[in-house]
Formats: sequence, structure tokens, C-alpha cells
Amino acid sequence: MADVPKPMIELRGVTKRFGSFTAVNQVSLTVKTGEFITLLGPSGCGKTTLLRLLAGFEMPDEGTVLLDGEDVSHVPPYRRSVNQVFQSYALFPHMTVQENVGFGLRMQQVAPAELAARVADVLRMVSLEEMAGRYPHQLSGGQRQRVAIARAIVPRPKVLLLDEPLSALDAKLRHGMQLELKRLQRKLGLTFVFVTHDQEEALTMSDRIAVINQGRIEQLGDATEIYHRPRTAFAADFIGQANLLESTIVGRNGTTAKIRLASGLELVIASGELPAAATKALVSVRPEKIHIGRSPAIAENIFQARIEEEIFQGATDRLTLITDQGTRLHALVANESATQEAFHEGDRVYCSLHLDDLVIVQAE
Amino acid sequence: MLAPMVLWLLLFVVVPGAILFVYSFCERDEIGGVVFTFTWTNYQRVFDPVYLRIFGRSIGYAAVTTVICAVVGYPVAYYMARAGESLRNKLLLLVMVPFWTSFLIRTYAWITILKQEGLLNSLVKAADLGIGPFDLLYTPAAVVIGLVYAYLPFMILPIYGSAEKLDNSLIEAAYDLGAGPMRAFSAVIVPLTMPGIAAGTLLVFVPAIGMFAITDLMGGAKVPMIGNVIQNQFLLARNWPFGAALGVVFMLMFVVTYVILQRRGSRPA
Repeated sequence: MADVPKPMIELRGVTKRFGSFTAVNQVSLTVKTGEFITLLGPSGCGKTTLLRLLAGFEMPDEGTVLLDGEDVSHVPPYRRSVNQVFQSYALFPHMTVQENVGFGLRMQQVAPAELAARVADVLRMVSLEEMAGRYPHQLSGGQRQRVAIARAIVPRPKVLLLDEPLSALDAKLRHGMQLELKRLQRKLGLTFVFVTHDQEEALTMSDRIAVINQGRIEQLGDATEIYHRPRTAFAADFIGQANLLESTIVGRNGTTAKIRLASGLELVIASGELPAAATKALVSVRPEKIHIGRSPAIAENIFQARIEEEIFQGATDRLTLITDQGTRLHALVANESATQEAFHEGDRVYCSLHLDDLVIVQAE
Repeated sequence: MLAPMVLWLLLFVVVPGAILFVYSFCERDEIGGVVFTFTWTNYQRVFDPVYLRIFGRSIGYAAVTTVICAVVGYPVAYYMARAGESLRNKLLLLVMVPFWTSFLIRTYAWITILKQEGLLNSLVKAADLGIGPFDLLYTPAAVVIGLVYAYLPFMILPIYGSAEKLDNSLIEAAYDLGAGPMRAFSAVIVPLTMPGIAAGTLLVFVPAIGMFAITDLMGGAKVPMIGNVIQNQFLLARNWPFGAALGVVFMLMFVVTYVILQRRGSRPA
């Protein structure tokens, strides 16, 4: 028999309602052992409820939650081998760093000598050995964050849940912690379920991303798949920026199809994922996929446009284009060098689009 | 801004305290007047075993009252703090209602409930359980019931105050790390609501020591408490200097209790 990795988490048709509001709606999801999965979505989308269902703070109204093959749907949080890093860290204010980190082991009645050794180990891992005797209020935000992580990993849970753990940190610290968390996860080989509304964070850290909207998983895939091949308008719009173009299908030719936008601009797209009966399509185009030049390129989907607005962003320039037909598009170009001929407001430019970069997110 | 406060404290706290302090070193003449001399005799009398026993008994009753108030009041306060806002406000109102009722009416209501032919004994009789009637009124139990009833809100409100501030994610964190409800309660919830428990203890224990009306009315004046003794010295025995000395000792006990609890309450939290 091939050694198929057992799923660590399995959700089967899980539904959770609060009164008449359905927070989680028929969600099924399988997470492999050692995987870093991110639940990504706007606030109120149900991602936090999903996490709370895994932690045991909520019990599902329908469906089953399996942890390492065991049905834990109605098992209370203190009997689940799952630990959480809370958004507010939830460090016990009346305990020192050492006592906070040792709490889980004390609850497991680990012998004092072993407890002290394991706490010291994990404090070394998060570089907080010198803070062992401090109280949480004597620590900086970043240090508290690390205590919260240390406290959650020291009991050696099967799954670590992280509820927007980086949202309270400033940008620089956050980037550092993203990499540190990722490294920690690889080192421990621990299954991470990470909740965030920050798409960049999700793309940076995750093995797989579940895009969540209105209590459902809109799309599940790795970062490149989610970014380059969004399956729904919501996913395209929520992750990164997207030009969402409504179009009618005006012709088909083997593996391609011709679409016409409301303005009359006609473009060619790959028709592989277009249903045969579809007459309309919603197409997503990432701003950086629009190629801009002074002269027409030898490429597909060439059209002319005027630069309506230019916003300098340092490494990139954000442009708003109006095509001759009148479609407004957002584009992103690299600022390669200051001396190079740059684009400015009012300039007329040639644009081109590779047909693979026109992604159908909806068709009817 | 500060001046009216200082004036108020001066008039109603410092001056009466100073008068009491001065009187406690004076002597009494035959008709109950105060003779201004300097003597330690009043304090020597305070430490007479008779009065020490009364002090001890008062402290004992107050301690029992405080413990019962804490045990009964904690779940009420905690439940109130965790309840939804509309229910919480209704429950708070219920806790406050006795404050707005005359003290005498409340105490006589208890007398009516506890006396030989009272409500409780009538109910027991009607239930025909073959027990009772109970002699409840004018017993130590009646005194404790009266004290608990009078001081319970002073325990509930401070605990409610600190339980309401308790961040729910701390309780969840305790559960998450493997603490069952009992462990979460003893290791996280109680330590974090300790300031409320300490404040409630202070507000119940200290006044309960000095309470005299309830011990008179519900205890039948059979066992004197320190409050009764002080009251008698001023009103019946007309020995103001001795009453003042008892009062000063009593006040010192307040201060010592307060300082101890304050120290405990201000540990890193």
C-alpha cells in the first residue's frame, strides 16, 4: 500500500448558525498533516467561526469535524489536542511569561522538571529566555505575540490555530513575524490553520489558501493558483487587484473565443474553461498583466489607450487607462529606471494582453 | 476642585475621629459627663477578656457573613457579568432594590419570616413533612441570615465590576490549553476577579463587625456584639470615654484590615 498521508483535519458539511444568521454554510475541507492552510476572507465571512469550530469553542449545528481521524464535533476545547494563538494574545495577566507558557503543561500534569525543561526550550526557540520572569504588561507587542505562540506550541498540539495573530503588529514587525512563523511551522512539521483578512499575508505564508465568503469556501488552492486563476469574481477582487470586465461572447475558434466589452473593445480569450452554452462572461485581468508600450508589440489583444491618471508608488507606477473605446482599466508598471522614458498623464500608449491572463471568473 | 473634598473630609472624618480619639483618654464623672484628663484606663478595659471575647465573637460573625456573601454572591455576580445587556440591567436592578427599602422594614420582614409562627414555619407545617417548627429567630443563625441579607449587595457589586471586565478570550485560552471548567475557574477566573473579591470582602467584613441593629433585632440582644457594646456605652451606660476607646480600637482594626487587603489586591494583575 502506498503511504498516503492521513488528513489531520476533515470538515464534512459543517454548518453553524447564530439565530437566523448562517455563519458557516456546508463547509467541507481536508487539511493534510504538516500543511499550512490559510482561511482568507473579509470580516464577517465566517473564517473566525470556522476556526472556533476547530478549537471547540463552537459546536457545529450540522456536519462533522474530524481531527486526526477522530470525530471531535462535540468534544470541548480542553479535550482537543488543538491550541490557538488568539488575536488579542489572551495572555494571563496575573502570570509571568514562564507561567503562561507552562500553563498547558501544568494542565496536562507534566512533571515539574520536564515542564521547566520544555518551557525553557520553547522560550529559547522564540528568543524570550530573558523575559521568563516578566509579566505580560511588561512586554512589547511583538514579545507578547511570541509568548502567545510559545504557549500554544509547548503542549505539542496536533494542530495550531492562529486567529489573525499579526494584525496588531506594525508593518515591519509583521513581515518579520510572517517569515518567523513560516520557519517555525516547517521546523515543527505542525499543521497550521491561519486566519487572516490580509491577502498579502495569505499569499506569503500558506501552502494552500481557502478563500471564504458568506460562510462558504469560494476557492481552495495554492497561492499561485488563487492569484493567477481566480474562480469567482469575489476571489479575483479580494486577492490582489483585478479589472473585472463584463463581456458578451461573439465568436469561438477552436481553443479561443472572442469577447466584446460594453465599450465595444474586442478581446480574445482562451475558451478552455468556457461552457459551450455560455453567452456572457465576467473576465478578470490583473493590473500588472497589461503590457504597455510606446509602439504596438507583436502580441495578442492589442489596443490603444490614454493615461488618465498616474500615481507614483516607488517601485511601481499605478496607471488608470481609458481605451479608445472607453473602457477604464487599472494597470501597474515597474519603475525600472528614472532615466528611462516614463509614462505620464495624458500619454497615448499601446496596450497588449496575453490571452492566458484574461481569466474567466463567471460565465452564463 | 479639591478644596470642597478636603473640607468635607475634615468636617465629617477628621474632626469626629479626633474628638473620639481625645475622648478615649478622658474620664467619666458620676452623671456621665466627660472629664478632660489623661488616662489609659479606658484602653486597659478594652483589653479585658470580657470585651476581647466580644470583639472575637463580632469578628467571627463578620467572617462567617463575609464567607457566605462571597459564596452566594460570586455566582450571582459572575452570571450577571456574563449575561446579555438587557438581562444584566434587570438583574442589577434586583440587586439594588433592597437598598431603596427601609432598613427596618427589611429586618422586620425577616423577623416575620423566621419567627415561631412565621412564614417559614407555616410553610413547613403546611407541607406536613413531620419536621419543625424551628426556633430560628433570636439565634446566631438568624443574626447571620440578617447580616448576609444586609451586606450581600456590597459583595455582589464589586465582584460584578471585575467580572464584567474579564476578557472572555482569557477563559477560552484556559480551556484551549486543557483546563476544564473547574481549573479555568480556580486558575484564571478567580485570580483575575480577586480585586472585586477583595473590595467586596472589605465592604462586607468591616461594617459587619460593627453592626448592632440586626444583632439586636434578630439576635434578640442575647449575645452582644462589639457594635452593641459601643452603642450601650454612649446611650445607656453613658460612659463616652470608654465607648470612644472601643471605637478607636475598632477603627484601627478597620485600617489594618484595609491595608492588608489593599496590599493583596495591588499585586501585579
